[in-house]
Amino acid sequence: MAAEREPPPLGDGKPTDFEDLEDGEDLFTSTVSTLESSPSSPEPASLPAEDISANSNGPKPTEVVLDDDREDLFAEATEEVSLDSPEREPILSSEPSPAVTPVTPTTLIAPRIESKSMSAPVIFDRSREEVQENIEEEANGDIFDIEIGVSDPEKVGDGMNAYMAYRVTTKTSLSMFSKSEFSVKRRFSDFLGLHSKLASKYLHVGYIVPPAPEKSIVGMTKVKVGKEDSSSTEFVEKRRAALERYLQRTVKHPTLLQDPDLRQFLESSELPRAVNTQALSGAGILRMVNKAADAVNKMTIKMNESDAWFEEKQQQFENLDQQLRKLHVSVEALVCHRKELSANTAAFAKSAAMLGNSEDHTALSRALSQLAEVEEKIDQLHQEQAFADFYMFSELLSDYIRLIAAVKGVFDHRMKCWQKWEDAQITLLKKREAEAKMMVANKPDKIQQAKNEIREWEAKVQQGERDFEQISKTIRKEVGRFEKERVKDFKTVIIKYLESLVQTQQQLIKYWEAFLPEAKAIA
Amino acid sequence: MMEGLDDGPDFLSEEDRGLKAINVDLQSDAALQVDISDALSERDKVKFTVHTKSSLPNFKQNEFSVVRQHEEFIWLHDSFVENEDYAGYIIPPAPPRPDFDASREKLQKLGEGEGSMTKEEFTKMKQELEAEYLAIFKKTVAMHEVFLCRVAAHPILRRDLNFHVFLEYNQDLSVRGKNKKEKLEDFFKNMVKSADGVIVSGVKDVDDFFEHERTFLLEYHNRVKDASAKSDRMTRSHKSAADDYNRIGSSLYALGTQDSTDICKFFLKVSELFDKTRKIEARVSADEDLKLSDLLKYYLRESQAAKDLLYRRSRSLVDYENANKALDKARAKNKDVLQAETSQQLCCQKFEKISESAKQELIDFKTRRVAAFRKNLVELAELELKHAKRGWAQWLMPLIPALEVRSSRPQANMGNLQLLQNCLAVLNGDT
Repeated sequence: MAAEREPPPLGDGKPTDFEDLEDGEDLFTSTVSTLESSPSSPEPASLPAEDISANSNGPKPTEVVLDDDREDLFAEATEEVSLDSPEREPILSSEPSPAVTPVTPTTLIAPRIESKSMSAPVIFDRSREEVQENIEEEANGDIFDIEIGVSDPEKVGDGMNAYMAYRVTTKTSLSMFSKSEFSVKRRFSDFLGLHSKLASKYLHVGYIVPPAPEKSIVGMTKVKVGKEDSSSTEFVEKRRAALERYLQRTVKHPTLLQDPDLRQFLESSELPRAVNTQALSGAGILRMVNKAADAVNKMTIKMNESDAWFEEKQQQFENLDQQLRKLHVSVEALVCHRKELSANTAAFAKSAAMLGNSEDHTALSRALSQLAEVEEKIDQLHQEQAFADFYMFSELLSDYIRLIAAVKGVFDHRMKCWQKWEDAQITLLKKREAEAKMMVANKPDKIQQAKNEIREWEAKVQQGERDFEQISKTIRKEVGRFEKERVKDFKTVIIKYLESLVQTQQQLIKYWEAFLPEAKAIA
Repeated sequence: MMEGLDDGPDFLSEEDRGLKAINVDLQSDAALQVDISDALSERDKVKFTVHTKSSLPNFKQNEFSVVRQHEEFIWLHDSFVENEDYAGYIIPPAPPRPDFDASREKLQKLGEGEGSMTKEEFTKMKQELEAEYLAIFKKTVAMHEVFLCRVAAHPILRRDLNFHVFLEYNQDLSVRGKNKKEKLEDFFKNMVKSADGVIVSGVKDVDDFFEHERTFLLEYHNRVKDASAKSDRMTRSHKSAADDYNRIGSSLYALGTQDSTDICKFFLKVSELFDKTRKIEARVSADEDLKLSDLLKYYLRESQAAKDLLYRRSRSLVDYENANKALDKARAKNKDVLQAETSQQLCCQKFEKISESAKQELIDFKTRRVAAFRKNLVELAELELKHAKRGWAQWLMPLIPALEVRSSRPQANMGNLQLLQNCLAVLNGDT
């Protein structure tokens, strides 16, 4: 609880507010939201609705000194850091945060970092004061703090060449960006281009690159053609939200955040058009061919799994995938039924109003009209709830289904890497055999050549082994990070969703309470 | 199959026990009290045990029971309709046929699909379907009971001989359902009737009261029909949404049991929540069905019966006017005057008798209708509130803090706090 920590210099009064509240409710396990404690924090630090929290590694992941410490430190913190809703404060549960930090110099910055940032450990003054360098780092303002929003979809152009442009706004205090707040206009293919660049750089070394939202020919065509109906607005909104979540996930990844392509995407006003993302382009066809080849290879590679951890994890992800798919289907059905319910309620409301009109007993007529009004309001409620169902729950599930596909892809890459290593070893063996044969046949020039080749292949084998170790290590780290993210994501979203359910019920109570006296008044 | 009116899974609210007076406000008096004390559902028919308590001299005993089937109710109803003496009364509408087909089909499909789902899912769905079956069963019993009670409460109809036979004769009435030929006849009769009705309704009525009633009933009937259909659709969507919660709960449960991280407990809790939610939503939709949809359906049938009364009256008016014309013609020709006179007198009497009782019946109809709507709307609102407050507040609200605690997420934002505080206050106020 707040008592455990030294209150940050700013907003001293605030923490105590929370103490009061907390006493009343016992709902809050520990800390307090630094949110409140940093009223004076500059804008970027506050919690916009869409933000992302900073996670894990700080500005210099490669910093050897802190590497592991920092990971652990932030790893703990990540669990606590909330994601989406502005209401959620970073929390530190009773789990002690290992090596964390924070103390004075940082506390100054702390509020700035605030909210979701995982500078949570920084903010939470656990008195352990290890990692002084860490503090120094933070003190420099190089804290992992970045928020991204995607908004204002605009239709640009006309006819079949039209496209939607989205505004990507970044608010950050990271030093690697030239400004602290900036925005650019991007179109959907730009996002796809970014993803393909990141994927080509990082996927094969084991990083889990968040997948981009899917293309939809039908949806886009409707928008292009200019149909201004609700389904195309829904489509645009769905896409906008998906793009936002995509970017938020991508920047949360400490390694990807460092990537210059990402920076360019966020910052530069002009971006070369990513033509390669079009399905029918040369690159697109190449991709399809590769995918097919990969699928075939997967079936033929038999890897000697020396590490049970990987096998276990793969199985787990398989199960998780199945479960999520099943759940997703049910949630989609719920969304559909709720929309139906809303439509039917609206129809009933109208019908009840008509009935009230034709009823000749005045009090009953009035009551029926009231009933019609109540039902209409309830219909609104249902619509909002369906909206929540979808955007919170269903989309979360589909995002994770795609993420898991990316994870599986990473595992596959590891297998390919192993295969390469294995192949190199086999070739080396063959070369050695050839050399031995040459020795026997005593052909000096060929022997020299053979020796060269052997050296070459030895190097390749070593490289292959190193690559394999590297990718295995990266994957372990990534999977760990992914799991934590997943846990956090699900908890946050589900809780938010439950709260939306609660609110709906609250409203229902209000409406029916207003109706009851009317019904009783029928003489 | 399912027997009697036992309390199955707690699907319907407690009010259901008093379904008797659900749609009509009846004063049962000691002279004649009828109810359905038991019901048995066999393969394709339902056997109702009709129990009568009476102090009337017409009956051999003071208290007795007989077993009747749906067809016998229909026979009784039809005998009223066909009886000319009752032309001036609103004949209580016949109860709808018990229809368990849909439910039975679902149970069968469930049995077939048993292998494809987990044990928990299967038990859950089975319970749900059984509850549905029980609900339909209770409803059909209630409908039949209401019919009998209405007849028993009506000062004239209660003295009907057929009714007494129905109540007392403890052997099979040998009423067979209409065969194809009779059904076809009925169909034609209905067509003729509606055509006639159109013609007859063209005659403007002298009496303002009846004219007003006619216009009113016509419009009202149509609107009630529409409202009843829409209400039905609404309650059904509500039920499908509730069913979805069931599946979501199961999936979450599966996720929870298979997950290895600390989120598994979270999932299990949430899955529990969805299960409870589903039960509540199912009850809400069942209550809506009962209080709103059934009410509207009943008054659809009642307003049709009232329309029929008006039709009969108009018919007799037309007959009366025709008889007058015939009499004038006969007088003019001085042929068969006596015959024409008698016939005219008969028509006149009939018309006046019908008009008199019809007026009273229609006034009673309005009173009954207003009372029934009031009762049901009040009960509907109260039930909705009860479910929203108790069910949700009790289960959902405490759960969120519990989940929050586990995920260690303090809610410092004032908005949420107020939300929580409100709910807690509601809880405290409610208990």
